[in-house]
Amino acid sequence: MAVTDPAADLRITAETLRRQADLAEGAGNPQLAENLRRGAELTAFADDELLRFYDNLRPGRSSAAELDQLAADLDARGAPRCAALVREAGGAYVRRGLIS
Amino acid sequence: MFFDTRPISSDTLVPDDPALGLIAMSGPNDPAPSIRIAQGRIVELDGVAEANFDLIDEFIARRGLDLDVADEAMATADLDYALMLVDPGVPRRDCVRLAGGMSPAKLAHVLALMTPVELMSAMTKMRVRRTPSIQAHVTNRVDHPLLIAADAASAVALGFRELETTVPVLRDAPSNALALLVGSQVAGAGALTQCSVEERTELELGLRGLTTYAETVSVYGTEQVFVDGDDTPWSKAFLAACYASRGLKMRFTSGSGAECLMGAAEGRSMLYLESRCVALSRAAGAQGVQNGGIDGVSVTASVQDGMREVLAENLCVMLRDLESCAGNDTLMSFSDIRRTSHTLPLLLAGADFLFSGFGSIPAYDNAFGPSNFNAEDLDDYLVLQRDWGFEGGLRSRSDEDLLPLRRRAAEACRAVYDELGLAAFSDEDVEAVVVAHGSLDLPPLDPGLVPAAGDAIMARGITGLHVVDALAQRGFTIESERVLAMLRARLDGDHLQTAAIYDTEMRVLSNLTDPNDYSGPGSGYRISADRRDQIGRVRQERTHADLVAEQGPAAGCLRVANGRPARERPRPDEVVVGLSPAFAVTVWQTLGGCTVAEALRQVLAGLEEEGVASRVVRVRRSIDVGNIGWTAARLSGSGVGIGLQGKGTALIHRADLPVLANLELYSNAALVGPPLYRALGRNAARHARGATPEPVLLPESAEPFGPRYHARVVALVAEERRAVEPLDPIEVELTWP
Repeated sequence: MAVTDPAADLRITAETLRRQADLAEGAGNPQLAENLRRGAELTAFADDELLRFYDNLRPGRSSAAELDQLAADLDARGAPRCAALVREAGGAYVRRGLIS
Repeated sequence: MFFDTRPISSDTLVPDDPALGLIAMSGPNDPAPSIRIAQGRIVELDGVAEANFDLIDEFIARRGLDLDVADEAMATADLDYALMLVDPGVPRRDCVRLAGGMSPAKLAHVLALMTPVELMSAMTKMRVRRTPSIQAHVTNRVDHPLLIAADAASAVALGFRELETTVPVLRDAPSNALALLVGSQVAGAGALTQCSVEERTELELGLRGLTTYAETVSVYGTEQVFVDGDDTPWSKAFLAACYASRGLKMRFTSGSGAECLMGAAEGRSMLYLESRCVALSRAAGAQGVQNGGIDGVSVTASVQDGMREVLAENLCVMLRDLESCAGNDTLMSFSDIRRTSHTLPLLLAGADFLFSGFGSIPAYDNAFGPSNFNAEDLDDYLVLQRDWGFEGGLRSRSDEDLLPLRRRAAEACRAVYDELGLAAFSDEDVEAVVVAHGSLDLPPLDPGLVPAAGDAIMARGITGLHVVDALAQRGFTIESERVLAMLRARLDGDHLQTAAIYDTEMRVLSNLTDPNDYSGPGSGYRISADRRDQIGRVRQERTHADLVAEQGPAAGCLRVANGRPARERPRPDEVVVGLSPAFAVTVWQTLGGCTVAEALRQVLAGLEEEGVASRVVRVRRSIDVGNIGWTAARLSGSGVGIGLQGKGTALIHRADLPVLANLELYSNAALVGPPLYRALGRNAARHARGATPEPVLLPESAEPFGPRYHARVVALVAEERRAVEPLDPIEVELTWP
């Protein structure tokens, strides 16, 4: 097969996603814009990392400390919006007794 | 009991039972709408104080609502906002702006006030995209890849712009996704594909480019059910961001009834819970929502006002300025009348996606379970579209159109599986798939083949680009380019905007490029002249020439030659038979299916049987069977005549009666065959002898006459009319070939 590195050159870029986010914001949907900006942050991560982060956010998968660590990692790797989402989740999960 | 035998009686309906969540809207336990803001944050939502927010409240309060308009929106009277929604003079954007500041309970309150027609009227204005579209289910019982590819090609040729597949067995999912991707690009460019499976797998298929959008990102209206579904609002929001990061279109899925089925509706009404789902979807940044009669629709349908609730939840999505993918994807009744009634209002009102989806495959092959409309109903749908002139997204296709596409799709899919070393298929497999109605028409598939192919796709890291390459290697150049175009389109992200689809030229239609600009009659989406023509051409359509040509096989069955001018009452013991102007001239076959020769022969035989003489004349001035019979009666020595039209309508008349009266009438020619024409002759003879025979009764029939015959009546009557001449009746000589 001729294809060697299939995904690399067909990835949307963070810049493009941020531009689309601005369009969504201008069209009156700041939530969609925010999602596209989170997506822009996640372009830097590999597929299997995304799958792992998602799993970690599901109910009962992570302790509060582990979610804090995930948020810190996201922050450190240039994904502050995703980090904020994870922190907010951690707080809500603890308050609602999903995790401790 | 007779009514127990009707299909509707197989539907189980229940009274309101709020404790179980079995109440459509305005439940006694629904909260009063409220939003309280302090220091720039929501501290109370729909009667719940911040400290007591559940996961859903909190997610909506933190992310979903526009605090700048909340006070104004919540202070707007429910009826005033409902009026804004139905008033075409109020711009859509004004309605969207206010909805942004309304709590879930507030929107549920407003929607509960609206009648079905008001809901429909609001939907016409409030859906996001001007151009409605439609999604198909493409699945089969055995996950046969070639059949998926061929059915995908058919679906796109019919007009479907999104194709959704799923699996009975998770291991098959990668194979289904790949086959669907290949098949979707055979009939044209731009159709989006998805494979509905467990969240993580669905994401992985998308990341690999084996699907081009995602939909089964399920959310629920109570915390318990949400968590039972192994997710939270935050994990779903993260999932949404994952899809965005790879340039994949994605929408959430909700739909009333799910919480009841999971036994945790918290005593709330369906519309309130659904309003929470929609608010949450907006909060998470999803561009759209699939709801309105999804898996739980039969629960919603079991309660009073359930169908109105389903329509209201579709509208709720539109008010939140999200793409509405409007359900109708689950068969919700045993009654054809009832299931049609579920879907029709939405079709007339319009949605971004009218179905999610329409079962483009036979009901038995639908791995989601039968849709509310299935392949069996395709022509019904096309005729509904033709009747009402709504944009249903589909067009009729002949076998001549579809079979080459199905062959191409099956061959392309076979080539990809071979090129990638996933499976080998035979020529016989392809041949069977091309003409198959469904999987039951195929030779048995090795049960290990598809799971093994799925495993190989996953294990070997096969992606959409491998598919592009395999298609190109095997000479499927156009398909290769189209699949590549679907992957490339991710790069610019225009399809990530709300309600985005591709047209067949790969142009993006979305809230930005194709905004719904309905503002009353004459505005918004309109059916073009070309599209109207396409909608009109359905399989059941027969031109005048077609209908006249149906007479062809019987042409020449009888020769009727003009003789002398009709004599008046030459002998007392006769009955005169009057023929219509086109009888055995251009009209040769009755609506009942016998030749005009046979009809006339039987009438004359009936007269002869009773020992009465007959004479046949052609009435040339009138096509009216009463006038023809009356004219014959006035010429008849006995005063009794028979009128006989080419289409088979017949009567017995008497000269002393008014022209519009008669002694006996066969008004429904479709029910009349040779024995009844003979009986008519016999009775006419008895009348001629002064007896009063028992009238002949037509057989009972519950079939409608009009749908099958009225178009034919028009065609045959037109032939009669053309044959009229301003001439007196004339005696004819009959030759029976």
